[in-house]
Amino acid sequence: MGLTRRDFLYGIGGVTSSFVTRKAFGATKSFSPHENSVGVLHDITRCIGCRKCEDACHQVNHLPDPKLSFSDLSVLNTVRRTHSDVYTVVNRFEVNGQSVFVKKQCNHCLEPACASACFVKAFKKEITGPVIYKESLCVGCRYCMIACPFNIPAYEYHNPFSPKVTKCTLCSDRLNQGLLPGCVDICPKEALVFGTRQHLINIARQRIDEHPERYIDHIYGEHEMGGTSWLYISGVKFSDIGMREDLGTISAPALTAGPLSAVPIVVGLWPVLLTGMYAISKRKEKIAEAEKAEAVKKAQRIMQEQMETKIAEVKSKSEKEKEAAIQKAVKQAVAGAEKKFQSEKSEIEEAKS
Amino acid sequence: MEHIYYSLHDFMLHSKTITYLIMGVILILLPLYWRFLTGRDEKNRYY
Amino acid sequence: MTTHSESRSLLTPFNVVAGIIVMVGIVITGLRFFSGLSTVTNLDDNNPWGLWIGFDLLCGVALAAGGYVTSASCYIFGLKKYHSAVRPAILTAFLGYALVVFALHYDVGRPWRLPYPIFLSQGTTSLLFEVGLCVFMYLTVLLIEYSPAALEWLGYKKARNIIVRMTLALTILGVVLSTLHQSSLGALYIIAPSKLHPLWYSSYLPVFFFISSMFSGMSMVIFEGSLAHRYLHHKMDKTHLTESEGVVLGFAKAASFIMAGYVAIKVIGISADNNWHYLATPYGVWFLVELIGFVALPSFAYAIGVREKKIQLIRWTALWSVLGIVLNRLNISLIAFNWQLPTSERYFPSWMEIAISIFIVTIGVLVYRFVVNRMPILYEHPDYQEHHS
Ligand code: SF4
Ligand code: SF4
Ligand code: SF4
Repeated sequence: MGLTRRDFLYGIGGVTSSFVTRKAFGATKSFSPHENSVGVLHDITRCIGCRKCEDACHQVNHLPDPKLSFSDLSVLNTVRRTHSDVYTVVNRFEVNGQSVFVKKQCNHCLEPACASACFVKAFKKEITGPVIYKESLCVGCRYCMIACPFNIPAYEYHNPFSPKVTKCTLCSDRLNQGLLPGCVDICPKEALVFGTRQHLINIARQRIDEHPERYIDHIYGEHEMGGTSWLYISGVKFSDIGMREDLGTISAPALTAGPLSAVPIVVGLWPVLLTGMYAISKRKEKIAEAEKAEAVKKAQRIMQEQMETKIAEVKSKSEKEKEAAIQKAVKQAVAGAEKKFQSEKSEIEEAKS
Repeated sequence: MEHIYYSLHDFMLHSKTITYLIMGVILILLPLYWRFLTGRDEKNRYY
Repeated sequence: MTTHSESRSLLTPFNVVAGIIVMVGIVITGLRFFSGLSTVTNLDDNNPWGLWIGFDLLCGVALAAGGYVTSASCYIFGLKKYHSAVRPAILTAFLGYALVVFALHYDVGRPWRLPYPIFLSQGTTSLLFEVGLCVFMYLTVLLIEYSPAALEWLGYKKARNIIVRMTLALTILGVVLSTLHQSSLGALYIIAPSKLHPLWYSSYLPVFFFISSMFSGMSMVIFEGSLAHRYLHHKMDKTHLTESEGVVLGFAKAASFIMAGYVAIKVIGISADNNWHYLATPYGVWFLVELIGFVALPSFAYAIGVREKKIQLIRWTALWSVLGIVLNRLNISLIAFNWQLPTSERYFPSWMEIAISIFIVTIGVLVYRFVVNRMPILYEHPDYQEHHS
């Protein structure tokens, strides 16, 4: 049935080389991992909480020894998480009066939120499976820690000059040398199975089908947040053993795709809209100015007209006055002349008689 | 040879990088085009 | 030009307090850089972002929005009466952004690598990349927009005139960049639906952040204006004084209506995700306190202030709205973030984190005072009045 570590050892050297020979095909809009991409299946029902994997992880990653030795199981009394010098932890949960042990480490997501969030590409999902962190690029913004839905990456807050993000590497160096991950290698109960992800899903499915009384029908990691390279099967509900079941299946890059796609649209259209508004307000201003000028002109015209009529009035008035004066003068003259004429006439008549 | 993307993330990394470059070009070209468009207008005052 | 504050004794209460804050700040700065983040902060692996991101970055950027709002009103929408408000707004925006970037140096683990995302390795799938790029570019734009004041002060006429001719292009670029990074700051949280409380998490987060940045900027312009009026009255010229009332009324009116629209889209946000039932929980009450107590009510207070022409009421409401923005940003980044963790694993800032935040704000105030007392910000330089019609 399951792949044991011995079964796998022989073929492991080939894992990396088998990636080179694949034929290329065009990019489509749905993506799936390379068929030879590897992962680990954690069968929670088999885990006995011996913490040997934690120990092995410390050894292979050269992490400092913790205060309490790995054989001290009192550590299990509290639920722990990964830290800057702890890449993996085993936690104990009491479910229905029964102790259940779960190993926790980076899940090496198929669509890693940490990589999607990192603004310097410090995380990379290798085609072979591991999600690898490059210290030489990291700025230390810790957005990856905000983004990771499993709360995995940790930070060296105590380190003033070269703090790093730390997390499980899926022992990618060991994989390249043809070795199993340290934790898988040491597990005495074969609760950890290494293999290609596709193969692991088949194993998990088979176990669930063959022992429905032993497992709940859910492979954790098959679809969570777009799927992960570490997979889990369990006899109790995952939410009872500290694994969130409400994460959904939408991957981190799919979540950010929406707001990201708005960015170029704003860049393309905002300048157009804003220039348009500017032009409109400018135009309005011009029209307003023109109207103002027009109004001023009109006012001037009216004034002028009024002035002209007034002048005309004055003129005509004065003309009339003149005429009247002339007439008067003429009348007077005529009257005077008449008078004169009459008096002359009478004088002449007087003289005649 | 066409590149194969094994994850949406890789694909986005590639396509968004190109998009950002295009955005830069847009930001340069749009004002230039506007200047061309309004080049024959009576002189505008840009404050 | 001699000024009041220089001729007075330097030992004013303000200076003494500021001096103490700066000294404490310098000591903590030393601790931060020589013995690591863990000695001064309460950050841990579950709470990687604390007060320095929640307050210094998110609030800092939102409150510095006055720059783009004011310059857009004046230069793009042609509202000339805001002209005298543009310079102080640009100056505070520039200082605000400069301080945001300064504060980031405290928060990130290796600040000397801050140029990496822009020049070395572009993580274009990240919204933080978008924010970083825009803030960097906008800071440059603001520096250029602000520079005429400095150039006038220094007497470089030619350079000043060249820059003034680019005003429109710079303003539009500023609005584009502001739209992008204001909204992207909200979009940062889109990647973590499992950590942020559903009442605050929404796919509309970028829109919420952008819209709220507008009234945040306007309220900040009014608020700063009232402070400047109280303490820097002697520095203002007649145009500034006569226009300032119109600016207060105009911005209050705009802010009031935008806030109404913001309340509307927040309600739509609840409805879109069908989150009504959360309103009956303690977080729901807190959400309503934020939305009604710090957005809807100030919006209404603005409205009354505008209708009754009560400048004093508007000024107090501006402070109220600013507090509302701070509350909103802190809710999203700290209070409603990681809401599912047990109380023992939640974050509360250490006193040194708070001290550094106060230290940075104090630096801002000191630099503002220095600049305003010397450069033509609140008044127009007598040699350059011709461009103002
Ligand atoms: S579990 Fe977290 S740290 Fe690991 S690959 Fe996924 S997102 Fe990244
Ligand atoms: S802390 Fe480092 S690895 Fe994580 S997102 Fe920031 S730069 Fe990337
Ligand atoms: S795969 Fe390697 S690094 Fe990861 S938990 Fe196992 S031993 Fe540790």
